[in-house]
Parts: sequence; structure tokens; C-alpha cells
Amino acid sequence: MFRTVLVANRGEIARRIFRGCRTRGLATVAVYSEADRDAPHVKDADRAIAIGPPPARESYLDIARLIAAARESGADAVHPGYGFLSENWRFAEACAQAGLTFIGPSPEAIRVMGDKTEARRRMAAAGVPIVPGSPEPVADAAAAQRFAATVGYPVILKAAAGGGGIGMAKVMQESELAGAWATATRRAQAAFGRADVYVERYVERGRHVEVQVFGDTKGSVVHMHERECSIQRRHQKLVEESPAPNLAPAVKRGLTEAAVAGARAIGYVNAGTLEFLVDEDNFYFLEMNTRLQVEHPVTEQVTGLDLVVAQLDVAAGAPLPWPQDAVLQRGAAIEVRVYAEDPAKNFLPSPGTITRLTVPTGDGIRIESGVVEGTVVSVHYDPLLFKLIASGSGRPQAIARLTGALETCVVEGVKTTLPLLRTIVAHPDFRRGAVHTQMVEQGAFNG
Amino acid sequence: MAEEIKAHITGVVFQVTTKPGDRVAAGDPVIVLESMKMEIPVEAPRAGAVKEIRVREGQTVQEGETVALLE
Repeated sequence: MFRTVLVANRGEIARRIFRGCRTRGLATVAVYSEADRDAPHVKDADRAIAIGPPPARESYLDIARLIAAARESGADAVHPGYGFLSENWRFAEACAQAGLTFIGPSPEAIRVMGDKTEARRRMAAAGVPIVPGSPEPVADAAAAQRFAATVGYPVILKAAAGGGGIGMAKVMQESELAGAWATATRRAQAAFGRADVYVERYVERGRHVEVQVFGDTKGSVVHMHERECSIQRRHQKLVEESPAPNLAPAVKRGLTEAAVAGARAIGYVNAGTLEFLVDEDNFYFLEMNTRLQVEHPVTEQVTGLDLVVAQLDVAAGAPLPWPQDAVLQRGAAIEVRVYAEDPAKNFLPSPGTITRLTVPTGDGIRIESGVVEGTVVSVHYDPLLFKLIASGSGRPQAIARLTGALETCVVEGVKTTLPLLRTIVAHPDFRRGAVHTQMVEQGAFNG
Repeated sequence: MAEEIKAHITGVVFQVTTKPGDRVAAGDPVIVLESMKMEIPVEAPRAGAVKEIRVREGQTVQEGETVALLE
């Protein structure tokens, strides 16, 4: 077993992983950019190494600097967290070459699933349903137009190397295609270094439901049930819960079986998530996230299992600690993401200094926070401040606890998504579990 | 009289999409800021010609700071 874990990340997820490491008696190393010198995650670790200037590409995205930081600190394992380099197969490979245990899947699994068109082909071959779409990236706007005509509008353009909603463009009709094509390819090039874009039929009013999977080096793969993540803005999630409300048992069974089959087909090891679009009784594979998810706490709350500790154990070569029939889904858990964004200004980022912060406590309330009073929320990184997770014996109790917790939450100094989250949680459609991916953008929660 | 185009948000200049002398229509992006992983255009408030660009790519600008002049 490795003894010292470097977490190549920042914010709440770095702190969450340090906690898991302490559970296993492992020493911890934080890394930080100049902008994060005083960040809470730096103080949480046994050691901290400066890795460069504030822009992420010169610090948290710089593979050579991170490997050097691991060497300097004597770390023998690296946890990538989410975002940054977590789905960069070259980073996983660089860790392996440097003799560091990468706490995550193999570079090959990351590479295959990171190429969204290859992932679609591999999943289809494993019998997992996929959204009708182009089997390869399309060459130009005219080719995209020809393909869109065969599946019918609306369509969505997606970056082949993409993820996190970046480089996606919805096209309602043919006249919008050329403009959307230009935007999507430019964003894909800027974000991923590859302009390749493919076309998929766009499913309106679908639900986003994902399945947590976990594999070990012995070839076992289990699912850890589903998460409902339909409430999003800019294709990024705001609210996640488990179980998914009103999900037909046959659909749930189909999803979890498909997820396990898909993960098994690529020999997947460690924690991963297969995302699906659910349209009534049909479901389609969207993509796989080959890492720990932001929303992993809702799964932990309903299963009573610690995903980070399991990641450490499996990375050290241990078999999965639980067989499938020991992974039970009990009660309900809901997570909301508090971002430094102004919902009144179309979610414009709201950087600044947190002058006051009161987070709730109480039965069934869990907070995963990357900030404290005085933290400077910089322009350089993702605007997630903290996650609030409420659980209960069932969905009504989880909602009641979440409602109370949101009322007592105070953040001053930056604008946040808190007012929107309060509106969502009070909304009758949310209360009865009737959610779909377009609700925020269609203004269901306005006014 | 030249009109100041101000950043409506704090961010880093991601791209300077115009140069002095360029004609722009109302709503055209003059520069693009990046903040918290989002690209946010700073748009021309009216039609005109760009007189001066006061920022360069990679520079941090504060909300309310003048980024360009419009003629």
C-alpha cells in the first residue's frame, strides 16, 4: 500500500479526499497555485507544495509540475479529484511512469471513454443503447447538416474530446447550424485542443440519470445505484439526488445492468459514472466520467459506503469491499451546489471575497466546502463554493431538511445560486419529482 | 466623443477580437473575458468604430474597468 497521497486538485474535493486518506492513516500532500496560498485545502494537508501562477494551465493543469511536486514531497500516490487533469490519460500515464499509483482507472480506460465517439462505439458494441448520432466526428458544417437531416432536428453538437458541457451547441433548426458549428468547434479547440465535433439527436425534456459503478483489479464490477441530475444550467448540474424519483423499476434495472455491462466491457477499475438520458421508458448512454463525481456524496448517503476510501483501497490492489448484493440503497439524499454565480444575471460568475459564511448543521445535513470566511473566490477556477447534502428516511424528509438548511445558509461578499436553489426546492414540479434537463433554461424557476 | 466600453465582470482577457479601426455593430463582441471557466464577451453598446483597445490577452480586468474606446 502507498503511504502518502498527493491530491492534484483544490477546493472542496481536495479536502474531501484528504479526509478519506486520514481514515486510512495515509499522509497527505496538497498542491496550490499562487492564488490559493491561503486556501483551506492547503491547511488541511500534512504538507503543501506550491506549483505555479494562478492560471490553471500553469499550475493545476501542468503535468510536469505535479509530478515534480509528488517527487519533492515523497508522495507515492496521486488522486486527481474531478476536473483539471482527472480525465487526462497522459497524466495517469505520467504518474505510472514516475512510479506513482494513480488513484483512478487505467490510462487506456480514460483515453477510450474520453474520446466521446469511440466511447459511443464501445458502449454500443457492449449492448448499451446510445442516442442516434454520427458514428464519427463530422468533417464540416455541411456534413453536419446532412447528418442532422437524417436524424431530424433538434440536434446537439458535441466536442469529441469533450465533457462538462463545454463545446456543446443545441441546434433547433437548419438555419442555426452553421453558427452553432463555428461556436462548437472553436470552443472544442480552445478547451480540449481538438476541434472534432459530432452530431446527436437532441432529446427534449429528457431526464439525466447516471449510474455509479465501481470496478477492482480482480475483474469485479458493481453498480451503486442511480443519481437523478436533471436540474442543470449550461449542461452543468445544480441539484442531484438518489434514488431518482419516479423512475420505473424496469428502467432502473435496465440502466444499472447496462452500466455494469459497459464498465465490464472496457475492464474498468475504480470509481466511474455512466451518464444516461432517460426519455420516458427509453434510455441512452451519453458519456462516462472516468473519475469521482462532484455528486458522489448522495450515493454515499444512501449506500452508507465511503467511495473515496474504496478508491484508495482498490488503487492499492485490494478487491472491492462489497459484493453487489451488499450495496443497498436506503432512504434518500439530495445535493445542491452553491456556486459563486448570479442567477439574476444569467449565471454570470461572481468573483470576490467571502465576507460572511454560515453553513447549516443538523440531522441528515452534510456540507462539503472549499471555502471559509475570508476566502477569495478568484476568476481562475470553477465557481463551486460548497455542496449541501440532505438525507432522510425518504425523499419528503430529505426535502424538508434541505429546505430548512437552505434557509439558514448565508453567504455574503459574492452572489450565489442559493436563491435559485431555494426556489427549485420549493417548486411543485421538483416536489413531485417531475424534472427534466431544460427546466432552468426554460425559466421554470424564474420569479 | 469617444465612448468607454467597460467590463461588466471581473475576469481575465481571453481574446481581443477587434482592433482599432474595426467597425462594430451594437452587440458585437469587442473582447472576450474568461471568468471561472466561462467565456464572456464584452459587447459594443452601439454601432461605431473601435478607437482604442486598452487591454491585452491574459490581463486581469476588474468590473467597471474600461477595456476599449468606441468612436
